[in-house]
Amino acid sequence: MKILVCIKQVPDMESKFKLNGEGTWYDNSDLAWRMNEYDEYAVEQAVQLKEQVADSDVTVLSIGPDRVKEMMKKALAMGCDRGVHIVDDDFFKKDPYEIASIIAEFGKGKEFDLIFTGMQSQDRGSGQVGVLVAEMLGLPSITTIVDFAFDAGQITAKRELEGGIKAIIKTTVPALVTCQLGLNTPRYPTLPNIMKAKKKELLSIPVSELLKVEGKQETAKMYFPEKKGGGLILEGEVGDLTDQLIKMLKDKTAVLA
Amino acid sequence: MKTLLVAEYRNGKLLNSSYELIAFAEKLGAESAMFLVGTESSLPAYNGTLYLADAGKYGEFNPAVHKQLLLDVIAKEQPDMVVFAHSSYGWDLAPRISLALNAAHVSEVIDIVDGVPVTPACNSKLRRDVKSKTAQMVLTLQGGAFGLEVEPSGTPSVVQVDTDAAAQVEFCGYEEAEAGGVDLSKAEVIVSAGRGIGKPENLSIIEALAKALKGEYGASRPVVDSEWADHSRQVGTTGQTVSPKLYVACGISGAIQHLAGMKKSEFVVAINTDKDAPIGEVADVLIVADLKEFVPALTAKIQAL
Repeated sequence: MKILVCIKQVPDMESKFKLNGEGTWYDNSDLAWRMNEYDEYAVEQAVQLKEQVADSDVTVLSIGPDRVKEMMKKALAMGCDRGVHIVDDDFFKKDPYEIASIIAEFGKGKEFDLIFTGMQSQDRGSGQVGVLVAEMLGLPSITTIVDFAFDAGQITAKRELEGGIKAIIKTTVPALVTCQLGLNTPRYPTLPNIMKAKKKELLSIPVSELLKVEGKQETAKMYFPEKKGGGLILEGEVGDLTDQLIKMLKDKTAVLA
Repeated sequence: MKTLLVAEYRNGKLLNSSYELIAFAEKLGAESAMFLVGTESSLPAYNGTLYLADAGKYGEFNPAVHKQLLLDVIAKEQPDMVVFAHSSYGWDLAPRISLALNAAHVSEVIDIVDGVPVTPACNSKLRRDVKSKTAQMVLTLQGGAFGLEVEPSGTPSVVQVDTDAAAQVEFCGYEEAEAGGVDLSKAEVIVSAGRGIGKPENLSIIEALAKALKGEYGASRPVVDSEWADHSRQVGTTGQTVSPKLYVACGISGAIQHLAGMKKSEFVVAINTDKDAPIGEVADVLIVADLKEFVPALTAKIQAL
């Protein structure tokens, strides 16, 4: 089986964000980067499928500047066979349509049996790219999966719906699935696998070779929301804080009466 | 400004999110028509044209077929905006539509100001104003961001729609969430564990506080996904929705899906080392501290009262 998994590098969400000079995105400097959490589940599922089906090969793809190679090596260490880095320092300016078309252009003619993506990114969270890639390549797609099984060309997946209900969906390959949190338990790369990953192929392709469309939307402005909460922020010594909280609970709630 | 609202139907019922779409159109002062794959017995209270495709014939979940039914209605109505809920149905169907229309598609809209949609970014720590470069736009609306001020009323004029488009996937039914387990919706006090507890053994710290406050313990999604707590403890859109007198969120950053499950709590205390954590949006008090230190100390003092 020929498998493709698409991953994105995002900042750690606990980061203290600043705005960039133009006020159109967060400043990329001084941030800790990591693999988009949803994509970790996608990589794990792709590798599990490869382990299940003989003669399978997993390509991991990412679009971004040089620093994404670090994250791609982690995917290779988790078990992907080869990497494709689409080099683009301005990837964050591209809309979901452009991003999807770059991936679809790469996928054209390569006959992937299965494409895995995360269901959304933690920074922009549009949740569109996976479905767009499938539609562009003429593949059926199943989104938000929390369960995945494959047998003789048929996928049986469970979509997670509101309220914890699941919907059971089947389709045949070739197809694309987008992964929700909790789909599986992403493995930690072992040291031997990290060493092996260094020897795996990591191809670089300039984005200009694959981008043939124009975006349909742009970020006019990025900014911090007004803090409407009106809540109190308390800092200090644990001893003082516990006393303060107990007083608040006595004054404002009937809980400690 | 003409909008086409894509309502949702599941398990024999029209979903309430459908009314949030009407509220959005009203906020915009826009004309609207509605599209629904549903049944005659589940029509919304709505005074407009409703294009209805039979869910019995086309299935509650059938993206390729729903897409064609909707595209045919769009061709007829020529709306400026096609509006979906940002739900498991909406975020799945909307990109198929926006691609076919070659239209800009803005996801999870929380507000619209002078015609410019606003969306959250980075776990809601940031906001983004999005400008469309196309005349037609597809939008998905965040659950709860728009709401009707008054009770919905009216009777739609129904236009039946059909297609012979083929399905690409097969829907094989629903699997209900596991029954049994604790009913958090009845608890007066809930102390919830988030990723900040660090390891499963630390759940006992949370349970001890819950017990001292005579309440129940809950959990955020990552804690349940890691199997540190049972799914019946999960608070959020895919878990339970709760409204206790006191909600204590320990090491929970406050992802939108979690907030949706607990923001109606009467009094919210958040304990987090990140003072910018989005849980601060709904907390009455945010205590900047390590829960592993703070919570046991708090529990001890409460037990001594």
